[in-house]
Amino acid sequence: MNTTRYKYHNPFAGIDRTLLWLYFTLVIFGWLNIYAAVYDEIHKNIFDLQTNYGRQMIWIATSFVIAMAILLTDVKLFNSFAFFIYGLVIVSLILVLFVGKEISGSKSWLQIGPISIQPGEFAKFATNLALASYLGNIKRNFSKAGVKIAAFSIILIPALIILAQNETGSALVFLSFILVLYREGLSAKVLIAGAIIIALFVLALVLDKYILIGLCALILLVYYLTRRNRKKLHWILIGIFIATSSITFSVDYVFHNVLQPHQRSRINVLLGKETDIKGAGYNVYQSMIAIGSGGFWGKGYLKGTQTKYNYVPKQSTDFIFCTIGEEWGFVGSLILIGLYVGLMLRILQLAERQRSAFSRIYGYGVASIIFAHFAINIGMTIGLLPVIGIPLPFVSYGGSSLLAFTILLFIFIKLDAHRHDII
Amino acid sequence: MSQLSSHSQKRYVVSGIIIAVAAIFILKLFYMQVISDKYKILSESNVRRIVTIYPARGLIYDRNGRKIVSNEEAYDVMVVPRQVRNIDTAELCQLLEIDMQSFTNRLNKARQYSPYRASPFVEQISKTTYGYLQEKLYRFPGFFVQPRTLRTYPYPIAAHTLGYVGEVNQKEIESDPYYRMGDYIGKSGIEKSYEKELRGVKGEKIVLVDVFNREKGSFENGLYDKPQMAGQDLITSLDLDLQLLGEKLMMNKRGSIVAIEPSTGEILAIVSSPSYDPNLLVGRVRGENFKRLSQDPLNPLFNRSIQATYSPGSTFKLVNALVGLQTGAITPESRFYCNGKASLPIACSHSHYSPLELIGAIEQSCNPYFWGVFKTTIEKTGGGDIHKGYNIWRQNVMSLGFGNYFDTDIPNQVKGNIPSSQYYDRYFGEKGWKALTIRSLAIGQGEILITPLQLANQAVVIANKGYYYPPHVVKSVQGKPTRWNKKQSSIDSQHFETITKGMYRVFQGVSGTGRWYKLENIDICGKTGTVQNPHGKDHSLCIAFAPAENPKIAISVVIENAGFGATWAVPIASLMIEKYLTGKISRTELEERMSQANLL
Repeated sequence: MNTTRYKYHNPFAGIDRTLLWLYFTLVIFGWLNIYAAVYDEIHKNIFDLQTNYGRQMIWIATSFVIAMAILLTDVKLFNSFAFFIYGLVIVSLILVLFVGKEISGSKSWLQIGPISIQPGEFAKFATNLALASYLGNIKRNFSKAGVKIAAFSIILIPALIILAQNETGSALVFLSFILVLYREGLSAKVLIAGAIIIALFVLALVLDKYILIGLCALILLVYYLTRRNRKKLHWILIGIFIATSSITFSVDYVFHNVLQPHQRSRINVLLGKETDIKGAGYNVYQSMIAIGSGGFWGKGYLKGTQTKYNYVPKQSTDFIFCTIGEEWGFVGSLILIGLYVGLMLRILQLAERQRSAFSRIYGYGVASIIFAHFAINIGMTIGLLPVIGIPLPFVSYGGSSLLAFTILLFIFIKLDAHRHDII
Repeated sequence: MSQLSSHSQKRYVVSGIIIAVAAIFILKLFYMQVISDKYKILSESNVRRIVTIYPARGLIYDRNGRKIVSNEEAYDVMVVPRQVRNIDTAELCQLLEIDMQSFTNRLNKARQYSPYRASPFVEQISKTTYGYLQEKLYRFPGFFVQPRTLRTYPYPIAAHTLGYVGEVNQKEIESDPYYRMGDYIGKSGIEKSYEKELRGVKGEKIVLVDVFNREKGSFENGLYDKPQMAGQDLITSLDLDLQLLGEKLMMNKRGSIVAIEPSTGEILAIVSSPSYDPNLLVGRVRGENFKRLSQDPLNPLFNRSIQATYSPGSTFKLVNALVGLQTGAITPESRFYCNGKASLPIACSHSHYSPLELIGAIEQSCNPYFWGVFKTTIEKTGGGDIHKGYNIWRQNVMSLGFGNYFDTDIPNQVKGNIPSSQYYDRYFGEKGWKALTIRSLAIGQGEILITPLQLANQAVVIANKGYYYPPHVVKSVQGKPTRWNKKQSSIDSQHFETITKGMYRVFQGVSGTGRWYKLENIDICGKTGTVQNPHGKDHSLCIAFAPAENPKIAISVVIENAGFGATWAVPIASLMIEKYLTGKISRTELEERMSQANLL
């Protein structure tokens, strides 16, 4: 009885210190590296508001205020308002399509007075809230087809609108919700099928489509012949064959007719098929040179030469990991990756100890979103994935991104602090 | 319950995926950062040097396709300060023909710009020096030779209009990231207004150099090189022969000639005198010559055609007549009395029959007549309100292209001055002035200031009977014609016909002020001006266009401190018109006399 009363008096009781420290470390580390990326002799002051790092400081301060506000909010409101927030974000996403400001090819910015915000960044936590609220309801059984369709719709609606805004990277992030659905009962076969489709996708781009289909047929035939129990197996295998063939052909079609030339060339560069292009390959190459030249210990803070040359584009936003890799070396990269892995695993661990399904699903969503950003962003800068412009959570320069990730994480911290309550 | 626990087991699968991805990243990073040398070698900027490929700047032609601005090769010694080490400074100084002090200064300047980026060390070394240096360069790490092109001018003409090219300054580097220290940029004239078209786009070639600073071929077979784009060529509207004649006629005189094709606004010739040879402002001699030219008391750098302002004198009487006709204050038949030298408030310098009609008054340039026109215009249109009357007058005047810049490809124009009524309010008080107070405006004296370009444009508007295209110097960029918006004056075309009759009589009439310089087969319409000024002898002015029917050339001539308009400006205008319309000069004696005259 006493403890409960105590909790009401102190809104900060029960919050997870580990997550809090990981958050602060990443944000501050990011700020220092934005400073290093933009650093020049003229604007030496880290608080200079003319520069990215000066402005980032304001965003960090704003984020802290918002984090505080979330911790002071009544925890029940997140579930009750989930769909309201989701609806609000969907409306603003659609609004952006019509009145949005176009910045470097994607129409995803909303200009409100002097600041421009990207509703797409906020769509992630809103979708996560809505999904958690929908599936968290005990009346809903995920094994039912209707519930599955509804859950997928909640995820796909914002993803498709964002895709229409030409923000392919942000839209891809929504695919990570598949991990949440997997936790809530989606069959592992879907994950495996997804992995196979991705493998097919890559192979379809590298190999001739007829050779690939022939290979599939061969593998299935060998499988069929080696099995003793062939009852009905041939029907299943023919089904699989038709599916793989149609995937192969549709990949071919999508690649040549749906993707835009710059996306095509980014993928081609990655696959080593295209070598004579200047722009797309250049960025990744410079990024890899910057990271690779960092060595084991790095060149030292503010001493990155590739940075000073302005070789790598978007150094403080999408390519911030270059600066880290160059100046902090393998040790720094390892520590940063360690921080992210620690953050994600801790979130998953906390998610599993939730009493309410809402909190658990939300927690998985947080980890999945951070994971998607982490994998796509770092994968891109070290040349494992095509150039897809999305920020590194908490670290990259950018107000919308930092605010959105802060909100995403702190709602979970708040939910976790009240894990004993009924939400 | 078992299902629940199996679900919570899935956490380990998800965690496993996360850890697997992180492990792949760490392996890849370990390979990139610790095992492989490739990236370290690549990042060492002493093995990879970015050589900028400067595209040849676009060429400039006259309207008949003759080259007036061209390029020649030059070599700059560049330095990347951070890479400079263990060099025999004395030997390098000797090779480059500089002293130790200069060496240190140059290196410091380069270091100040950037220790990592190349900046020019010694510009435009001779071909012989280049030959020597090329062999010994390997002993001077951090130094290399950058080929580039310099402007050269086959004819030393139109220096002000063509403008010059110079190294970018700090401000220009900051305002446009395209430029790096040592780049060239158009500083004035059409070199400035067409900078983006002329310069093309710099290319970049990444070459590998060994520790001895020797080139070892391209990097990754030129995969990351950026191609250059050649500058675009300009075809100007200038007529080389006409421009050459104009410059010759203006030798040893202060003033300007501007000739324009009325139907298009294309400038055929634009002379500002005294001028200079544009070859003086090229390359490493530029700084020194620029200093010398700017200290010259004759001020040859001053572009009189667009920056000098003059009272228009009697040429402005045409404008007053036009405004008078347009506002209905006068008709072509209106007469005003002239009492010769005894006229008030403005005397007449000519003796003629009185009272004259408008056409006769233009031919005779009768001062009292135009005072009458001006007074009537302002008083009638204002209906007693001096401000209203004056403002209507001013708007009409400005619609002819006065009192403002032309929105065109000629940079650094000045506005001139058609004073506003507020100006007179400040000067005389709101109720302190009337037409009589500002009577000088009636004969183009007083506060009005115009540039020779505006004056030529006045001839254009009259020749076109009411409209003009902003006068410009470039006809086409890389074959693509430039476009200009037609401007309509506020004055109806029949009024231009009336005053054209008067201008016709100036040359062809028995007592016209230009009658001595009419042409055999071509009718010239014009007006002379003799402008009093505080600097000495009167300025000699003239505007003209020809032929009277379907004019092909409109011209203004201004000769400072020369005397009567009819004595100097008119013969020069007449010679220019003859040359342009017939292709030759029949009055060689007159040409000789005009070009020989020294009026400085």
